Amino acid sequence: MSLTTNNLLKEKKKNILELWMKNQLADEGLREDLISNEELRSQSEELIDALVDNLTEGIVADVNADEWSPVIEILGGIAITRARQGFSPRETGNFVFSLKEALLEVLQSETKTDADALFQESRKISRIMDSLSVVTFETFIKGREEVILRQTDEITEISTPVIRVWDGILALPIIGTLDSARTQVVMENLLQEIVETGSSIAILDISGVPAVDSLVAQHLIKTVSATRLMGAECIISGIRPEIAQTVVHLGIDLSTIITKASLASALSYAFKVMRLEVKKIPAVQKF
Amino acid sequence: MVLSLSKDTIQVVKEQDTVFLKNRVKETATRIKMGLVNQTKLITAASELVRNMLRYGNGGYCDIEVVSSGRNNGVRLTFVDKGPGIADIPQAMKDGFSTGRSLGLGLPGTRRLVNEFDIKSTVGEGTTVMVIKWANG
Repeated sequence: MSLTTNNLLKEKKKNILELWMKNQLADEGLREDLISNEELRSQSEELIDALVDNLTEGIVADVNADEWSPVIEILGGIAITRARQGFSPRETGNFVFSLKEALLEVLQSETKTDADALFQESRKISRIMDSLSVVTFETFIKGREEVILRQTDEITEISTPVIRVWDGILALPIIGTLDSARTQVVMENLLQEIVETGSSIAILDISGVPAVDSLVAQHLIKTVSATRLMGAECIISGIRPEIAQTVVHLGIDLSTIITKASLASALSYAFKVMRLEVKKIPAVQKF
Repeated sequence: MVLSLSKDTIQVVKEQDTVFLKNRVKETATRIKMGLVNQTKLITAASELVRNMLRYGNGGYCDIEVVSSGRNNGVRLTFVDKGPGIADIPQAMKDGFSTGRSLGLGLPGTRRLVNEFDIKSTVGEGTTVMVIKWANG
């Protein structure tokens, strides 16, 4: 960018900001519910300051260059916050695009006479702003991905509760597909809980597992073995008829494991092992 | 003579794609009114094959087709990867053989779960596995 343009932009910083704010406030996609006008203004001002101060002569549109790192940092910060706050990609994009509009407008009003220079400078501004837009989108998407990853972690965390159904009996309902990562979480939670409660029986309920293939079976076998090493017995319950047939056809040997069709029958088996009895109390006779 | 009535291709490159694939297979099976047991068998077979593809073949794609032969309707799944291939197919089809540390039941078990099973593999070029499960087979 030529020296004159740089100086011009520095001089007109205030104008650009005003123009940009006007554009943003007039935009339909303004989200006053997510960001206050004052906050938007201070964000915008920060970005313009960084942008204009870092304009040097002969600057290239390569946003990977060191000169750009302060601008990128601010822009990245804004994009990530917006992704977390729930702005749409269009709204985030318009934030940068409306700045480009403002810059070009100021440039035009100041370089009216020289069409050639105006064109050259606009092209440079366009190129820089386009690169910055790409950066904004990249960071925005990264921010969204972080949100998704965090949710995945949360789901894994909440979907493997260990329930103490009786003194010495734990139940662990598994819902969804059992992959290696989930099995790890399940096993850790179960073994930890066995130690803490001193339980001797654990019931793994797989009613909510849509299909048991050889890997899921292998994970189940491993969990059962680990539980046995801790001195507790592990029962697998909730084996549906179609799952039973599939497991047989696959040729998986689950005969070393105690399996039950329902959680209720697993629980009554556990009671038997612990020499407990659930009895119906006869109605109190009235005299 | 097996006729293909509809075709759906799903790319499989990461672990998360398997859930999507299994749901698609289930939808297709439900559409042709496949029974619950056969559905579960087909989904389990798909689960085995897609896992093999991810683990040994670095991912690939899967075609889900509704096929028809005479009065029979069914689902055909074709798994194609460009992985290292299988050198000895008869050995890979044996119960309990695994180059990884798994149970070694994936391929032979899958063959028992479906009605038709076909595997082609060229070392260095990739592997194609085709299975068909008939709605009332």
